[in-house]
Amino acid sequence: MIEVDVRGFSCPIPVVRTKKAIEDNPGTPVTVLVETAVSKENVSRLAQSRGYSVDVEEVEDGFRIILSPSSK
Amino acid sequence: MHLIPDPNLIAGMERAEDAGVYRISDDLAVIQTLDFFTPIVDDPYTFGQVAAANALSDVYAMGGKPLTAMNIVCFPVKTMDMAILNEILSGGLDKLHEAGVTLVGGHSVEDKELKYGLSVTGTIHPQRVILNTGAQADDRLILTKPLGTGIINTALKGGMADEVAVAKSVKCMVALNKKASELMLTVDTHACTDVTGFGLLGHACEMIEGTDVGLVINSADVPYFPEVVELSEMGMIPGGLHRNREFRMNMVEFNPDVLLFMSDVLFDPQTSGGLLIAVPEPQAALLVEKMHKEGIEEAAIIGDVVAHPKGRIVVR
Repeated sequence: MIEVDVRGFSCPIPVVRTKKAIEDNPGTPVTVLVETAVSKENVSRLAQSRGYSVDVEEVEDGFRIILSPSSK
Repeated sequence: MHLIPDPNLIAGMERAEDAGVYRISDDLAVIQTLDFFTPIVDDPYTFGQVAAANALSDVYAMGGKPLTAMNIVCFPVKTMDMAILNEILSGGLDKLHEAGVTLVGGHSVEDKELKYGLSVTGTIHPQRVILNTGAQADDRLILTKPLGTGIINTALKGGMADEVAVAKSVKCMVALNKKASELMLTVDTHACTDVTGFGLLGHACEMIEGTDVGLVINSADVPYFPEVVELSEMGMIPGGLHRNREFRMNMVEFNPDVLLFMSDVLFDPQTSGGLLIAVPEPQAALLVEKMHKEGIEEAAIIGDVVAHPKGRIVVR
């Protein structure tokens, strides 16, 4: 499982790091840790546009976003 | 905040006006505004130009004539080359010259983060001030610049914007609203504001809040940079855009077939955006035609002022 921890970063950095992670690891689930609702929204948007399903879990210091490649 | 009423204050803090307007005599009022921010583009000279065009815009939005300006500078003297500051100031100064405005001074402080902007003073006839409010049912709404600079600036920060998109956005941000303002004064303009941080819909809400009219925006007619479609899908959404939507969504109704990217465009915070002008219907098409002739190529009629639903905006 790939994990991208972008807590403490504001947009667009979380999106940019997530994009790199999913491009470097095609077909692999990626977990992204973000701090703000804005980052959660933007990272989810990116993942959906790339065909990933998105599960968001609220955690103490932000959100854990689990991106799963859609089964083709 | 307790504000003391002043009979000479024409536009102050009680409403979200673009600038303060104060009556000096029966035929003269002074307009004051200031704006400064952190860099939104990499090139310092361009940043200076954008900051100046942006600061001047508030005076143009009131229908006024800017006369003088003062620089506001926050600069990390210890860590940044002074040549960068010179470039920024020269960008600002060139823009002032283009506008026919005289630089009369300024003030700088040391700061960890670079910021630049200007305070601008202008004049206007007290009877001819164009406020945000005043739009009347059956007016048409004109927007003079394309939308999307906030999304493109966010992508630029993330290294995700292509050069063509950035060039278009920069060209838009450095363009003065001078000509657009002069042209709107040749017709019976009822209301005007400039589109900046709250996005088109945020500023449109200010035009109708607490009034007897509402707006209909025809999304198909709204000019925007085509590159923002992909960037919006990619999540290159400025934090301010989400906040703008959250803040104003209760006044806005989207037709179900309006796409998400279009909602982004309409809430995108603009830097040095265009004027949003309410003009009587019979004069609107001619005004836009004049704007096109004067090089304001993307000016467009984007909607209508309506009697119902009042205090609300319908995007279709």
